Amino acid sequence: MIASLSGLTGLTGLTGLSGLTGLPTEFVATTIDYGAIMPMLVIFATAMIGVLVEAFAPRSQRYVVQVSVALLGLLGALGAVIVGLDHQGSTLAGAVVMDGPALFLQGTIVVLAALSILAMAERFDGVGADAFTAQGASAPGSAQEAAAVRAGATTTEVFPLALFAVGGMMLFPAAGDLLTMFVALEVLSLPLYILSGLARRRRLLSQEASLKYFLLGAFSSAFFLFGSALLYGYAGSMNLGVIAKAIGTQSGMDGLLVPGVLLVLVGLLFKIGAVPFHSWTPDVYQGAPTPVTGFMAACTKVAAFGAILRFIYVGVAGSRWDWTAGLWAVAILTMVAGAVLAITQTDIKRLLAYSSIAHAGFVLTGVLAFDKVGISSVLFYLVAYGFSTIAAFAIVSMVRDDGAEATHLSQWAGLGKNHPVVAGAFAFLLLAFAGIPLTSGFTAKFAVFSAAVAHGATVLAVVGVLSSAIAAFVYVRIIVLMYFSEPAGESVHAVSPSIATTVAVSIGVLMTLALGIAPSPLLDLAARSSLFLP
Amino acid sequence: MSSFPWLTTIGLIPLVGALVVAFLPASLADRAKQIALGFSVVALLFTVAAALQFKVGSNLQFQFQEQHSWIGQFGVSYAVGVDGIALVLIVMAAILVPVCVLAAWNDVPEIGRRQQTYFALMLVLETFMIGVFSATDVFLFYVFFEAMLIPVYFLIGSFGGSRRQYAAVKFLLFSLLGGLVMLVAVIALYHYGPGGTDGFLVQKLTGLKLDQTPGRLMFLGFFFAFAIKAPMWPVHTWLPDAATEARPATAVLLVGVLDKVGTYGMIRFCLQLFPEASKWATPAIIVLAVISVIYGALLAIGQTDIMRLIAYTSVSHFGFIVLGIFAMTSAGTAGSALYMVNHGFTTAALFLVAGMLIHRRGSKRIPDYGGWQRVTPVLAGVFLISGLSGLALPGLNSFISEFLVLLGTFQRYRVAAVIATLGIILASLYILLMYQRMMTGPKPDAAAGTPDLSHREKWVVAPLIAAFIVLGFYPKPALDVINPAVARTLQYVGVTDPVATHPAAAEGAVK
Repeated sequence: MIASLSGLTGLTGLTGLSGLTGLPTEFVATTIDYGAIMPMLVIFATAMIGVLVEAFAPRSQRYVVQVSVALLGLLGALGAVIVGLDHQGSTLAGAVVMDGPALFLQGTIVVLAALSILAMAERFDGVGADAFTAQGASAPGSAQEAAAVRAGATTTEVFPLALFAVGGMMLFPAAGDLLTMFVALEVLSLPLYILSGLARRRRLLSQEASLKYFLLGAFSSAFFLFGSALLYGYAGSMNLGVIAKAIGTQSGMDGLLVPGVLLVLVGLLFKIGAVPFHSWTPDVYQGAPTPVTGFMAACTKVAAFGAILRFIYVGVAGSRWDWTAGLWAVAILTMVAGAVLAITQTDIKRLLAYSSIAHAGFVLTGVLAFDKVGISSVLFYLVAYGFSTIAAFAIVSMVRDDGAEATHLSQWAGLGKNHPVVAGAFAFLLLAFAGIPLTSGFTAKFAVFSAAVAHGATVLAVVGVLSSAIAAFVYVRIIVLMYFSEPAGESVHAVSPSIATTVAVSIGVLMTLALGIAPSPLLDLAARSSLFLP
Repeated sequence: MSSFPWLTTIGLIPLVGALVVAFLPASLADRAKQIALGFSVVALLFTVAAALQFKVGSNLQFQFQEQHSWIGQFGVSYAVGVDGIALVLIVMAAILVPVCVLAAWNDVPEIGRRQQTYFALMLVLETFMIGVFSATDVFLFYVFFEAMLIPVYFLIGSFGGSRRQYAAVKFLLFSLLGGLVMLVAVIALYHYGPGGTDGFLVQKLTGLKLDQTPGRLMFLGFFFAFAIKAPMWPVHTWLPDAATEARPATAVLLVGVLDKVGTYGMIRFCLQLFPEASKWATPAIIVLAVISVIYGALLAIGQTDIMRLIAYTSVSHFGFIVLGIFAMTSAGTAGSALYMVNHGFTTAALFLVAGMLIHRRGSKRIPDYGGWQRVTPVLAGVFLISGLSGLALPGLNSFISEFLVLLGTFQRYRVAAVIATLGIILASLYILLMYQRMMTGPKPDAAAGTPDLSHREKWVVAPLIAAFIVLGFYPKPALDVINPAVARTLQYVGVTDPVATHPAAAEGAVK
């Protein structure tokens, strides 16, 4: 009990340091490297400021202030990440480890979050963020909702909420022990549960998404915690480094180790939407406000893969012969099921959800390389996929039928004729998802498959390319719809976005192109950032 | 001038042209096709200039080499260079593109964005075609190989016939499937190679000591992609659909040039990089090739759609090409390389002339014609010459290559050569029957007043017929550049020609 408390706070400096018993002997004040944890501090502070803005800023100015504060905070965090390069190492008594992958992923999350914030800030012709409602519990257009707006409810609290989630995401891949990881998991999840339920239109779907995400998320958290407890029982510590050491020395307690690893992995695989823990993904992606979906698809995935990498590579890689077969099965299932199920979808957001599942499978093949190259390929993939997917969802939010998003595929027919630029950008992103050369998607796929082939996972690479071929059919079908079909009706059109969405989409598309043509600098950075510190 | 980046320049000209055409200001939109034609002709001039600099006796495998590091982490370089085989294919492509642009002049009559897109896509495709033939880095080859699909996909899907969606998707999926399987082989090949920041160079991957099983698996990965591309029976089914739904000019670029990437890849990558596996797989491939020859010809006879008929003749001809390549004799492989060029011109003429007929009659069905030589005699004559080239009439281009292929095959695989010879007989059936049904007979009343070839159309067919005759009577310049490249490839494979039982035959083989 005492040990787990000390693990919980992390500040007493006792976690696991006193060996396998984990019992504290005397109080030692831990040293905190504020330079190292500055990126997260900046984000959390910005989120707090956002809460204060919500409380004190006049309603008419809140939108502008909130968006500015959020973007400035993210910019500051990016600066802090760069400064943090000189502050690598374990801090907060091992609760947080700032190393190459952590910094790389934090930088990625910050940049992708900034693009997401831009997409969330889209107002079109309204006064507030277009995608969100002021009161998630009411029915759209109801008297109840109108009353809430009259009473002063606004939609601007989505920005601090998103920032809290970002803070959790940044801590997730930097967590040095399982409890910190759990806390990060909850910090990133809770705001997402709320954000998912705030869609302005099609409220029931949104509420369903929120509830489903929350319930299943709670289950997966429980799995994670239970696994952590078993691992604690095995190693006497929550610290990943200590667990790794114990795997080398401890024998005869595999009954705790293997189930512990598997249960923790279940919790983590849930977050990336790996099959068979994926069932929430399509519903939540479909129901959540589209910019939030983009945010989840990009940033959550980055954070969760970061946590998986750290948990596996720092913590339990030593025992991998006991459980890789399971992870292989998950990777294969994820790739195949994601690609095959995407074929049957008729809703663009659900389709992209299944596509994101398939992509999670591709990334897993890189994880399963169990090598430095695998880490760097995963890092690269996450960046490439993040930029493309945020831009894709931002475009989805622009295609409207009579004000509401036109998410049914049939509504996209003939878009290329009326809106060549929007359809062209989307088609390009789809080609990137399909992994056509000269897009980031190809470079990323090449990186993970190459890592897999080089380290004995050729079978995964073969399954991967076959799934890619299946998935390509899905993407190609949308291009057929947009370009080779006659428009279904006059009412569907792409709304002209504001500067915010334009910037988000442009950066996403440009990065997709740039990482396809000149990926060397980022590959280099990923390679240099691929060393985990224990 | 030896350091002048010829290949990059030739590749960039159409790309620049594509951008110019795509983003023309509205005031110049009615000049889109002229500008496209201009850029393709300039590219052709540069290609000819480069070809004249090509040194036949060089002891380097590749000439006009350029090499820059591209993605060092993956071992990828931007490396281009050509040997004789690649050179003749590039020249063929560079000739066919302006011809196709001219043939496609009125495909998209309305001036504006759609027309600009059409010609821009053709020019982008030319860039990729030149890139794919000149890449000497396996990764770079793969990039062009896959990227090429996208412009063709849009050319078929946006501008094709009534079932264009189906055809475009089928084409893309078949090609992607092959390409992705090849991707695994590409990746694996790098890891079996010396590695490093330029580990994807063909030169570095040639002559590797590969273990039997991985070598064969990688060979199969490459061969699968090339067989789909070529296309060989039984993975040819996308071709007739794509060819009949595409515009004639697109069909020409698709069948005439793009599909050559498959057979070119077999020579450059399958034979050169995996000699042991190539020899291991030869019997099966010879069988598939012979089946392609006969099957394609039989199905061609049975077609009632002109475009599908021509597509099936190509399946048959590709069977010959693959047969010659895997005969692995200097006559057979050189014949195949020459066949690739000849087939490009022959198919171009057949598709384009058929396209002119279809444009006039408004139907692809052969029974809808009949007696047209009385209405449009010049068109009929041109059609006949193209057809005769297709059935390999002596004196026209295809004869020499087909003869060399059969000769080279006979030296090693007599039965296969004898069966494949049946393909020639069947060829005269499908061509002459088609001609008979469409052109001979009483003068059709419905077609009265149909105009004969226009000036533009004459300019389309003239270069092709000139190519038939030049290559038919004097193929030496082409063979002179092809033969050293073939000899070198066969040397990599480690095979020598079987000793001829009759000295005159051996001598004839090399000529």
